[in-house]
Amino acid sequence: MVTALAFVAPSLVLFCVWIFYPLIRSVYLSFHGNDLFGNPAAFVGLAQYQQLFTLPNLRETIVRTAIFTVLTVVPGLVLGTVIALALQARIAGIGIFRTLLATPFAFSVATASVIFQIFFNPGVGVFNGILNLFHVQPVGWLTNPATALVSVAVATVWLQLGYNVLVLSSGLQGIPDEIYEAARLDGARGLRLATRITLPMLTPTLFFLLVVSTITALQSFGQIHILTRGGPAGATTTLVYSVYLNAFAFGSTNYGLASAMALVLFFIVIVITAVQFGVLERRVFYR
Amino acid sequence: MKQNPVAMAATYALLAVLAFVMLFPLLYAISGSLMSAREISTYPPAFLPSQPRLSNFVDVLNALPIPRQYLNSLIVATCVMVGQLVTSIFSAYAFAFLRMPFRNLIFAIFLATMMVPWEAIIIPNYLTMSQYHLINSYPALILPFLAAGFGTFLLRQFFLSFPKDLYEAVLLDGGGHLRFLWSILLPLSRPALAALAIWSFLSAWNQFLWPLLVINRDEMQTLQIGISRLQDVEAGTAPNFILAGTVLALVPTLLLIYFGQRHIVRGLTAGALRG
Repeated sequence: MVTALAFVAPSLVLFCVWIFYPLIRSVYLSFHGNDLFGNPAAFVGLAQYQQLFTLPNLRETIVRTAIFTVLTVVPGLVLGTVIALALQARIAGIGIFRTLLATPFAFSVATASVIFQIFFNPGVGVFNGILNLFHVQPVGWLTNPATALVSVAVATVWLQLGYNVLVLSSGLQGIPDEIYEAARLDGARGLRLATRITLPMLTPTLFFLLVVSTITALQSFGQIHILTRGGPAGATTTLVYSVYLNAFAFGSTNYGLASAMALVLFFIVIVITAVQFGVLERRVFYR
Repeated sequence: MKQNPVAMAATYALLAVLAFVMLFPLLYAISGSLMSAREISTYPPAFLPSQPRLSNFVDVLNALPIPRQYLNSLIVATCVMVGQLVTSIFSAYAFAFLRMPFRNLIFAIFLATMMVPWEAIIIPNYLTMSQYHLINSYPALILPFLAAGFGTFLLRQFFLSFPKDLYEAVLLDGGGHLRFLWSILLPLSRPALAALAIWSFLSAWNQFLWPLLVINRDEMQTLQIGISRLQDVEAGTAPNFILAGTVLALVPTLLLIYFGQRHIVRGLTAGALRG
């Protein structure tokens, strides 16, 4: 028993210092104002939260975060499923394709964003180069408020796809061959096989990926920082980026307000996880 | 099963298109890193270098603290990997083999750590680092990541599938826990350990927000931030230069993905199954 406690102690201590204590301290900070050096000042009660829910641009930030999440999660799941299905083909050399198609997984937010920044460049970028082929006027992908959020989402979807393909492929490989054989004996072919057998059997994997990629999308930071710095005119400022702007950017040290926002993010993550488990799990097909 | 040649050709064509799109950013980065500044700035864009040159790589390595930042990232990612392996091995061992009071509760606490987004607790952790004068130090980049709920969970799942008899036999023989762990359990758990090692290394190597906050001196910075700042460097305005730095940063992770994919997939499925 002593051995057991000694074995879990290192992890437990680290969790207390770097996860649970900060969580409590966040709550404390969110109820207090702070001075220029970040020391907590007077107790302000719910004032930070009041400010958070009444400032119009903060409401916009939450809506924008939701839009960004949908723009990255849905295409990521759909494209990931298409690619993973294509990788199920039983042809020579499929292993090479499987390895190559996971490539985005080797990219960090920074490496992917730096390359996409060059792609989005209005003058020498690939995207406007393609438009040029069709004689379309160049687009200021990252400088136009109307396209900036979508552009950041495009880079994010590509970055996520490697992981999604790996997860979905392993999900597809987990479907036993006998089930397909049985369905084929019953005369099921092609699309019918895909909608009646493959997709239902894949729902646990899709469900897992939905939860994980929603949470990842909500936490996106690097691509926004590198591609747009939250701009133009706040068009790509999501909740996490707003936390950064309030607490750390341009000498700002509004830790109280930023902590309140960070806890809202935490709350949203918990609620989404709970809702996805509660509502979706019942419809998900488990073997 | 018989293969219809038309369907097979169509499958290859579809896969080739998908592979091209998914690989395009990498291919472009490699190609662009071999171009001259003038060539990469032509409009419409050029896709292949007319005279491939390696001088961009030499320039990046000379003009910047990139080699030092490369070393910083290697040190940090290696320490995080070793730390997570050690703490996870011991805690997973306790959860899988040993009796302890409140075992389920403690395990639930471990799992709960996976639900807390790092961004939500980043401000107090930053304040702690600055309070203890750890800004611009390796400990700031390493300490918070030495334990992982995910690692414990992954290894525990693997250990649980291990025959209990073997464990009891070693203990009956008078061997202690450490002996069983070191000479029997760990050698047989290599696949799970490799999965965790790759996962923890990748996640530490790819960190962005945390190093951005706790490091503000170039020579202590990690490679990821260094890469993202290439555009701010005077000589670095040309994309060919930035791409050379990016390709250098991608080498270790590409090697891990292409050669360690088997293990990565094992980590994925452990996350997808619930215990």
